[in-house]
Amino acid sequence: MSDLAIEVVNLGKEYHIGGGQNKYYRLTDQLADTFTAPFRRAGRLLRGQATGAADLDATIWALKGVSFQIRSGEVVGLIGRNGAGKSTLLKLLSGITDPTEGYADICGRIGSLLEVGTGFHPELTGRENTYLYGAILGMQKAEIQRKLDEIVAFAEIDRFLDTPVKHYSSGMYVRLAFSVAAHLEPEILLVDEVLAVGDMAFQRKCLGKMDDVAQEGRTVLFVSHNIGLLQALCERGIFLQQGAVCADGTMTEAVDAYLQTLEQVQSQDLSQRADRKGQGQIRLVGTEVTNRSGPSSVLKTGHPAQFVFAVNDLVPDLACNFFIYDTIGQPVASFKSKAQSPEDTVDPDNGQKFVCEIDELMLLPGRYRIDVAIIGNNRLQDFLEAAAVIEVGDGQLRGRPAQSDGKFSVFMPHRWTLPKAG
Amino acid sequence: MLAVIDTTLAVRDNLPRTRRQASKGWPSPKLRELWLYRELLYFLVWRDIKVRYRQTVLGGLWAILQPLITMVIFSLVFGRLAQVPSDGVPYPLFSYAALVPWMFLANGVTQASNSLVLSSNMVKKIYFPRLTLPMATVLAGVIDFALALTVLLLLMLIYGFTPTINALWLPLFFLLALVTSLGVSIWLSAMNVQFRDVRYAVPFLIQVWLFLTPIAYPSSVLAEPWRTLYGINPMAGVVEGFRWALLGTDTPPGPMTIVSAAVALALLVSGVFYFRRMEKGFADVL
Repeated sequence: MSDLAIEVVNLGKEYHIGGGQNKYYRLTDQLADTFTAPFRRAGRLLRGQATGAADLDATIWALKGVSFQIRSGEVVGLIGRNGAGKSTLLKLLSGITDPTEGYADICGRIGSLLEVGTGFHPELTGRENTYLYGAILGMQKAEIQRKLDEIVAFAEIDRFLDTPVKHYSSGMYVRLAFSVAAHLEPEILLVDEVLAVGDMAFQRKCLGKMDDVAQEGRTVLFVSHNIGLLQALCERGIFLQQGAVCADGTMTEAVDAYLQTLEQVQSQDLSQRADRKGQGQIRLVGTEVTNRSGPSSVLKTGHPAQFVFAVNDLVPDLACNFFIYDTIGQPVASFKSKAQSPEDTVDPDNGQKFVCEIDELMLLPGRYRIDVAIIGNNRLQDFLEAAAVIEVGDGQLRGRPAQSDGKFSVFMPHRWTLPKAG
Repeated sequence: MLAVIDTTLAVRDNLPRTRRQASKGWPSPKLRELWLYRELLYFLVWRDIKVRYRQTVLGGLWAILQPLITMVIFSLVFGRLAQVPSDGVPYPLFSYAALVPWMFLANGVTQASNSLVLSSNMVKKIYFPRLTLPMATVLAGVIDFALALTVLLLLMLIYGFTPTINALWLPLFFLLALVTSLGVSIWLSAMNVQFRDVRYAVPFLIQVWLFLTPIAYPSSVLAEPWRTLYGINPMAGVVEGFRWALLGTDTPPGPMTIVSAAVALALLVSGVFYFRRMEKGFADVL
């Protein structure tokens, strides 16, 4: 198998920020610009400046100088932090948007699962949506007809096939959408973070399906934050950082490089980081994790821990969520300030800070990453991956020593009743 | 880090090889690709039709009520009060025959100009020929058109008009309306992605266009060569064609129709090229 499936050569994509990408031009702006541009250009020429250069607004290269080859039948995992260019790369490969420079050659039919279920219409039934979504993904009607039973069985929605999908539970919705997409039979499949759908049983089923796809010799390019999953599925890994290929080798090599940089991130000033999502009206400006007995950030299993998140502004109903992940990206625990308990308090003297206290840390010794989301005005305002990385040291939970075997993350307070021999 | 380029890699001959790169200048209209995705177009039309009147009480009646009520108002204001001439045809019939193709155009253009923005999720996440979106919206209006046309035939029956052999021309005039609607819709939908002004301009444009089209009045109020020139508004050709084909007014296809057809075709072709040129940026701007 030395056939070429994807060849990417010096691929680059430039986005205008503030200039063209997010700003909707008004026609009047454009007209005014059209009329004044010649004068401005003439003025610059008179002053001896080069034309064009000063006209450029702020731009950002989402991808720059990316080159790699993928052979047909390879299953490749693509990793990197938010804003590293993973999604942009998939968009370029699938043809949704054009590169600014370089090129990518695709050999064979390409199918992309960038977001499951876009294109579903809530008023249409499951059956109708299957045909519609299939057609959007590039399947022929006859092909969908042939696979309909298989698709429906896989999604486990047979009884609701003729119910409008707006009455579906969110689980059923994504199951059907994934099922249609999974039965697409292109030579190359691009998958972006879609396996995080449904319950565990369905996820396992999806994994099985993806494995089948790979076994059939089709080329798969995966994007996921779940590194454990990628390690299970992919033999090769490409690690993207700031729009460039940072590591390209076995999945383990790529993951190692990724984890290393993830830890370097911590030392970086939060407000300097650009890899964030959300509206941006309210920003997370600082995090601090302590063991409550001092400013030391060494935490211990079974001991208290305190998480402090500082924001730059306050609005009514502001909420702070944070999520703990282990080193391979498996989610461990989530904390949401909106899910209140009678024990919660409001402290007006605390400034612009969310403080979350844990009396007994139930994490096993090891390294964990914390993602933080700030929600205000009913919108996601800020989201930062790895806003903090914490190290949990050996400790005891209610007198019981915590032992890490590198596999599990959570340690619960518990009590045994033992039988006595003899 | 430089990737090692393995030149021994071969491409299987039977696989299509596509290159994604920055496009320069005017792109090709890629009609072949559109043809490959004809089933998607069919499903999108079918979706629009199925969904259009869901959760409405009157349902398909809306397709009939819109032109019918407009006709009643026009009959009262222009027919009775202003005594506008109507080429010897009862005024209600005269205006309704024009309103049927007009409503097809007006609704098609209004909805299609928003089609890309409304489907921004799809455009940003899935690759498919984007032309299918405005096209499907316009084509879905054919059902409404057919319903309104049926009512026109009933009205003719009531007024004692029987269609002549000229009615065989009707599909051609409908085609002219369709080409006009597609052309304008494709232009506006692509412009709307970048200039959201379009959304506010379209209702106004439609209103102005309504009065620039001989719907409430006959084009016979103009003398040649002005009538031929009037054909620059393609809907003038459509409306007079409909009246001639169904009601037998003295407006047979002539120079005005030819001008209309040429303008409509020019709108469509230029629209497709403009759309293709803007298309590559849609996912970035939406």
